[in-house]
Amino acid sequence: MKYVNEFRDKTLAKKLAAQIAEAADPSRQYNLMEFCGGHTHAIFRYGVQDLMPSNVNFVHGPGCPVCVLPIPRIDNAIELAEQGAIVCTYGDMMRVPASKKNSLIKAKAAGSDIRMVYSTQDALKVARENPDREVVFFAIGFETTTPPTAVAIKQAAEEELANFSVFCNHVLTPAAIQHILQSPEVRELGVVQIDGFYGPSHVSSVIGSAPYDYFAEEFQKPVVIAGFEPLDVMQSTLMLISQINEGRFEVENEYTRVVTREGNEKAQGLVSEVFELRRMFEWRGLGDVPYSALKIREEYSAFDAERRFEITKSTGKDVKGCECPAILRGAKKPTDCKLFGTVCTPDNPQGSCMVSSEGSCAAYWSFGRFRLDRVKETAE
Amino acid sequence: MSRMEKRFPTRINIRKGTVDMTHGSGGRAMAQLIEELFTKHFDNTYLRQGNDQAIFEAPKGRMVMSVDGHVVSPLFFPGGDIGALSVHGTINDVAMSGAKPLYLSAGFILEEGFPLADLERIVISMAAASRAAGVPVVTGDTKVVERGKGDGVFITTTGIGVVPERLDISGANAKAGDAILVSGYIGDHGVAIMSSRENLAFETEIISDTAALHDLVADMVAAVPDIHTMRDPTRGGLASALNEIAYQAQVGMRLNEAAIPVRREVDAACELLGLDPLYVANEGKLVAICPADKADALLKAMQAHPLGRDAAIIGEVVEDDMGFVTMETGFGGTRIVDWLAGEQLPRIC
Repeated sequence: MKYVNEFRDKTLAKKLAAQIAEAADPSRQYNLMEFCGGHTHAIFRYGVQDLMPSNVNFVHGPGCPVCVLPIPRIDNAIELAEQGAIVCTYGDMMRVPASKKNSLIKAKAAGSDIRMVYSTQDALKVARENPDREVVFFAIGFETTTPPTAVAIKQAAEEELANFSVFCNHVLTPAAIQHILQSPEVRELGVVQIDGFYGPSHVSSVIGSAPYDYFAEEFQKPVVIAGFEPLDVMQSTLMLISQINEGRFEVENEYTRVVTREGNEKAQGLVSEVFELRRMFEWRGLGDVPYSALKIREEYSAFDAERRFEITKSTGKDVKGCECPAILRGAKKPTDCKLFGTVCTPDNPQGSCMVSSEGSCAAYWSFGRFRLDRVKETAE
Repeated sequence: MSRMEKRFPTRINIRKGTVDMTHGSGGRAMAQLIEELFTKHFDNTYLRQGNDQAIFEAPKGRMVMSVDGHVVSPLFFPGGDIGALSVHGTINDVAMSGAKPLYLSAGFILEEGFPLADLERIVISMAAASRAAGVPVVTGDTKVVERGKGDGVFITTTGIGVVPERLDISGANAKAGDAILVSGYIGDHGVAIMSSRENLAFETEIISDTAALHDLVADMVAAVPDIHTMRDPTRGGLASALNEIAYQAQVGMRLNEAAIPVRREVDAACELLGLDPLYVANEGKLVAICPADKADALLKAMQAHPLGRDAAIIGEVVEDDMGFVTMETGFGGTRIVDWLAGEQLPRIC
């Protein structure tokens, strides 16, 4: 595959590994948080860890779109389906646990009409083909998935597609990163050590690199916007280590083949035309985060499922013992959770981090657990 | 006999007709469908016996039997259809024991309203596959379910075969030190199917690899009679097949990603959809495990056959009390190649 395989090259990886080993100061630790699940996935799928010196520590952040959605919002989506609407959503969402051991896939098996779609266009198609039914698109994700939702809403408005609406759960990356950096766990207690950030790749292609300037400066943490390929991760690691060694805290862009400083202004325009900031939104793991999510503007309220339907406020909680919240904040590792690999596996996920291939529990379990078990054995 | 009236005064209109409930009722309509469609195309001496069962001589030796239900959607896809698939799938399950497949049965569950022209197309394809493989369909069954209770057509086939003496091929026989081989490019079938699904239409020239592997197997066991294990990595892909074997044999495996044959187009389609080719279905590939010192001979025998031309040695069986299948990635790191969990789903971000 041209333009992809070049970024998975073993020879280059070895060269970079040698450079990183040389640059890393053996007397200190480098705790680097990858915000995005896409990075977590790449690190595990390609075994990037094996090429890193032992003092480079990946801290997995909350940037997995389905992981951060709190249980009450999933309960709401199931409720919409149970009221008779066709609920369309991305595949990864299907197995995320809701409260009372329910999930969209279980609700579907029980008779609700819940459909997996690959794009918002598929959801529009379902609405066109079922004019007598309410069709709700369960919209989730960061800035990457928001523009297509905006397009769908505009299209629905133009077509006067009266049976289509969006249950909006789009969230914002910079707000979440800032929230993590402001938390006592990072600032005062030192539970979470973060020396630098891998900035999101796809998200940054939309929002650009400028939004990270503020917290690089305010919190004095270097940020390197990194592509999702394994060589991107390695190159960015080298860049982060150099910044840390030199005491710099700048926003650097490794992913220049896609990300510009301004980002995709057309997409940003579409998003602000259709959406506005929510004053407060609950994240799994982070709790209520001010101005961290979007809602549909008044002009498009006809397509807002939250205005269109009566939705009961759910008080559903995470399964007892599930450490997803702490794992999403980087405060715990998947192996610190009692449920990990015992009752919670990708086949029977108890928490959201075990569902998506971008979730850190699923990545640890599916790609990396041979390493963990060996470590445990030697420790015993 | 001369006064016997004609059973079916007019022929079934296959071009325009559809399946209806009478085709499964056991009456004249069913008998006519069987005669004018199934018996006509599958035609062989066993079916001509006209009984509810096929009677045949039992060969000497250990018999093998396997059953496989086919529910593919769409029914027609690039490189094949449910008919050919239902013949190949069962022949391959029988052949993975090293056996020579001898006979097939076919059970059809038809949905009311299904076009007879499509059914005929499927039956013709099945008959062609069975004839090409030299394995006749000797008995069959037809049922009809009401509209909405099926997905057009479901086909269940059973295969019977006989294992040549001196062969002992089983998932449990894989031993540490053995070499792992695959007979060619993986993931073709799954990608061909996905490319033709309505909600996922993308253009590709990839066609399904659906094929009967018993001829390749015959060459392989002739060259290396002490093959320990064979399996066709269908649903769940190569990864799931290897995990099954590792569990059965209580061993681990170590793969080399760079050695696993994946077509560029399949790789690209998987990349686009966020899938992993190791988990994508195959219908004309096999995995073989044999003693390391026989691996080259086996590879040569495989590559000499058209269906094994792109065969490769992809890893080795290792001792591992945890039973992990691990892989050195093309990037130089190591990861687990786990069982498929749930269904493969595209990534969002």
